Amino acid sequence: MHEHDVLVIGGGGAGLRAAIAAHEAGAEVAIVSKLHPVRSHTGAAEGGINAALREGDSWRAHAKDTMKGADYIADAPAVETFARTSPKEVIQLEHWGMPFSREEDGTVAQRPFGGLSFPRTTYAGAETGHHLLHTLYEQVLKRGITVYEEYFVTRLAVTDEPDPADRTCHGVTAIDVRTGEVTGFHATGGVILATGGLGQVYEHTTNAEANTGDGMAMAYRVGVPLEDMEMIQFHPTTLPSTGVLITEGVRGEGGRLFNAEGERFMFERGYAPDEGELASRDVVSRAELTEIQEGRGFEDEYVKLDMRHLGEERIMDRLENILGLAKHFEGVDPLEEPMPVKPGQHYAMGGIETNEFGATCIDGLYAAGETACVSLHGANRLGGNALPELFVFGAQAGRHAAGEDLGKPEIEVGPATTADIETEWPTDLGTDTEATDVIEDGSSLEPGTLLERAVEAERERIETLLERDTDRSHVSVRQTVQDTMTANVNVFREAESLETALEDIQTARDAYQDVAVTDPSRTFNTDLQQTLETRNVIDLAEAIAMGALARPESRGAHWRAEHQSRRDEEWLKHTIVNWRAGDPELATRGTLLESESVSYQPEERSY
Amino acid sequence: MSGDGKHPAPASNSPATDQEDQQASPGGRTQTEEETVTLQVYRYDPDVEAKRTGSFETFEIPVHEGMTVLDALIEARDEHDSSLTFRHSCRQGVCGSDAFFVNGKQRLGCKTQISELSKPIRIEPLPHQPVIKDLVVEMEGFYERMQAVEPYFDPDDPPPGELEERKQTRENREDVKLSTRCIWCGACTSSCTIASDEDVYLGPAAINKGYRFYADDREGDERGKERLELLTEHDGVFRCQTQFSCTLVCPQDIPLTEHIQTLKRDATKRDLKFW
Repeated sequence: MHEHDVLVIGGGGAGLRAAIAAHEAGAEVAIVSKLHPVRSHTGAAEGGINAALREGDSWRAHAKDTMKGADYIADAPAVETFARTSPKEVIQLEHWGMPFSREEDGTVAQRPFGGLSFPRTTYAGAETGHHLLHTLYEQVLKRGITVYEEYFVTRLAVTDEPDPADRTCHGVTAIDVRTGEVTGFHATGGVILATGGLGQVYEHTTNAEANTGDGMAMAYRVGVPLEDMEMIQFHPTTLPSTGVLITEGVRGEGGRLFNAEGERFMFERGYAPDEGELASRDVVSRAELTEIQEGRGFEDEYVKLDMRHLGEERIMDRLENILGLAKHFEGVDPLEEPMPVKPGQHYAMGGIETNEFGATCIDGLYAAGETACVSLHGANRLGGNALPELFVFGAQAGRHAAGEDLGKPEIEVGPATTADIETEWPTDLGTDTEATDVIEDGSSLEPGTLLERAVEAERERIETLLERDTDRSHVSVRQTVQDTMTANVNVFREAESLETALEDIQTARDAYQDVAVTDPSRTFNTDLQQTLETRNVIDLAEAIAMGALARPESRGAHWRAEHQSRRDEEWLKHTIVNWRAGDPELATRGTLLESESVSYQPEERSY
Repeated sequence: MSGDGKHPAPASNSPATDQEDQQASPGGRTQTEEETVTLQVYRYDPDVEAKRTGSFETFEIPVHEGMTVLDALIEARDEHDSSLTFRHSCRQGVCGSDAFFVNGKQRLGCKTQISELSKPIRIEPLPHQPVIKDLVVEMEGFYERMQAVEPYFDPDDPPPGELEERKQTRENREDVKLSTRCIWCGACTSSCTIASDEDVYLGPAAINKGYRFYADDREGDERGKERLELLTEHDGVFRCQTQFSCTLVCPQDIPLTEHIQTLKRDATKRDLKFW
């Protein structure tokens, strides 16, 4: 059993920033990560980091752009905290040595990005995330913060009061991937989940193999609500054969999208008459798929992105690694010909419900980064807003978990009490039998004993998987989920297909009951790890499809055939999915359009 | 260094042939006529009786346009043997998890096209590191070397202000740029015969990391002198015999040998001054 003040789960941008903040606030911190930190998917972020740094720009303008991008279901206190703090955080990164691209006068360079009223995206070539991740990891090394690398966290150790809001998190259990040993980690201060995205729920994604939404699923199963899960961003420019991302920076620098008829369709077909290619990501993704569906795509699959006119010098200066990506993963030289691109799953706006301090409704449990829903991105995240979110809210969570007094939060968390949505589910949801990750009688146990019980339960679960003798593997189960999500819960959605998705997910859940791990080894058993991850993929896919079916309107990234516009009177709301010991239920909570210094009125969203 | 795995007898650590290094197009314009490809993959597992002595296992994998070595390994694992074990994550060449020894050369699995390799394809764990299981090697020694160069920004002077950045010329950023691309995959250090024979040599990746800060004007002259000293001590740059093997295998095209040579040159100049 290990013991630390603060445990950070995940070694990407949010986790590293949280660990540094908690350390600086005086806590003794450890990071527990299933990958070595430099392998984290923050490293694949390309485009940049938004912050209002310059004369003529302001945090208020950044906040307003963010709220509009969110299609008015972000929470204003989160947006305000974010936009006010990101300049300081970006400059701090520079002070930590981040190799930002520079203007002629030596200051940090900024470029235009989609949905921004000012060119406020700072960047380091088109490999901003790589530099951010390494810069933060360097600072973690400098501070001597403990890192348990290649430890796969499988469960949160949480007490069992009836109302999740009364529960306490005392730590986690993790498998040492190297030895297969299950170990308890006791956190006396708090556990911060920073486990990143859930792209593996989909087939065509820019996310890594590791992005299986582990933190979201673990928090969900101990009673923390998942918020706005239906809000999935599909990035408009991914390479068709692999899903590898081509940064929005290409369009930010002036790259153009064409259909097979040679039209710059964003302008010529009226999708975004003012902003064209630099409209918000949801708008561009829908435009591309409309072009393809109406027969103006290439090979009925993709459109083309052309950056040749930017010239080799500018491309080499600002977008050099795009040349390598297009060559290695699509066989195209973008200096010679346009790149084929199509929308691909990219980002989860929703996630673990937290307040602006990163705190969930469970005492001692926090979340930050893509795994969290604070809610900053609402129905659509702006390009360049994910990286600053990592360090703004990573730092907040780190400080709060370390015991710093941040005042009283404005954002309310916890299971919304009224299930006011009358959605008819087409099938049973969740598990037939009671299934919860909280520890029975946990509220009357000493934390150490509770941890031991959790470790024991996890050992049993793993033994069962290793000893079961069937020929069903996680591969086909996960494929079932990915196929149905890609077919039915994609950019364009309608009730019938969403119902099909929920039925397919239930089929996958049933099949999972028989899944066996065939590799008998205790050493580096990736068969076991992927089997455990697949349960997370199933639970999260269901929550996404539930949110998508329950929200009968079109807002941001969520588009419904039955109602192709916003319904502000009924739906300026977050969806909240509660696990309820294996019997999921969907409720809603109103959005906060006012904060300390700003208030917003929903406006028509055009670009 | 922990890790008790045995390593296959190194086949040949010589750089691949020119024919193999030609960049074939993943778009399939040089599509091979074969319908399947034969992989010979090193297997070792200390927990499983039959795998305690390392050996090669053959997989016949259907090929498709643009297929990479990583794609083929995933196919072998998911369709043939779920116990086949290798690290991988981003599948786009930035996480640095999947450096293997493919046909006698260190390469990233996700960035290596099946079509550009001679067949059958022999896939082994990175040489000179203990094997944990199959293609997974112990990286601790690599990480320790990286940490030995104080791999973090550590400037002489405090920053100009909470909301004010240090300035850096575009030229200086350009000098540093290539060194910052390292993804810690370990291919270079595995390819270096000096680093593999002597645990004391920092090796190319760690020296490059030190160079990344040494060359950055923002740190200042005093720190620069300390860095040069650290990198030119007995386990430092002078052990390099300029074989260029690191530079040849680097998947990020970092001119590692050049960076090492710059440090040697600067150290020599420094020492001359004092004589």
